[in-house]
Amino acid sequence: MNLDLIIFVISAAVAVFGATLMIAQRNPVASVLYMILSLVAQAVCYLQLGALFLGAILVVVYAGAIMVLFLFVIMLLNLRGKEDMGPPAPVVSQFTKLVFGILLTLELAFIVKAAPFGGSSTGIVDERSYSFGSVKAVAETLFTDYLYPFELTGVLLLIAVVGAVVIAKKHRQVESSDGRSETPGRAGEEE
Amino acid sequence: MVPVSAYLILAVVLFGIGTVGVLISRNMIVLFMAVELMLNAANMALIAFSRALNLVDGHVIVFLVLTIAAAEAAVGLALIVMVYRNRETVNIDRFSLMKW
Repeated sequence: MNLDLIIFVISAAVAVFGATLMIAQRNPVASVLYMILSLVAQAVCYLQLGALFLGAILVVVYAGAIMVLFLFVIMLLNLRGKEDMGPPAPVVSQFTKLVFGILLTLELAFIVKAAPFGGSSTGIVDERSYSFGSVKAVAETLFTDYLYPFELTGVLLLIAVVGAVVIAKKHRQVESSDGRSETPGRAGEEE
Repeated sequence: MVPVSAYLILAVVLFGIGTVGVLISRNMIVLFMAVELMLNAANMALIAFSRALNLVDGHVIVFLVLTIAAAEAAVGLALIVMVYRNRETVNIDRFSLMKW
């Protein structure tokens, strides 16, 4: 047992544990917190694979910003996991979904097992490399070979920000001619 | 000395958990997070391949995927807020308007 293997086993176990509890929780806030736990464990795996920059980005942007956005929305909507979710799905349906998920996982695992990458090894103790996957190496590739995709990503982010604001904006109350107020967003609703 | 295939197996397991989460969860926000988990599993596979081939291009692709995941989270959460404002629920089973 060397140190790299121990680190990998612990972080992989924590990542799978967090992901499993994430989908099993009833309370969405606990679900988000387990997702953050899983993401931090995955960031350790990224570091072991030599992706130093992306490991930091995963913790800062994903666990720090996107998951907090989820938390904000959950708290904005005041979801506590106690609202009425209707009767639970039938056992047969749940079991079928679980079996299909496990079958898909097994199938992917067989495909991955056939990939010819068994020889290369990773780690942050023995196989340490500071240059591969560092900020400098990633930036050199990002700003030379992938410059146009990078710029287009900026445009995409702008569109997403504008779109999110437009979608989530409250529709203003429209005063109709007879003085009655109506909300245009609810006009087509049947209930 | 951990082989790269171990990380691929971890990515596959996380992807499977994400798939099961998408299938069984009835809360829209948890379902959305399961999709994010699947994206992360794909990212881990990309980084593992990148390490095995000793190329940084995989890292750039993961960077772009992270950006797109951020954009997707912003738009998706806006949609969830809008749907909750109209229907007062996040239960995915209630949204059967387009069901055949």
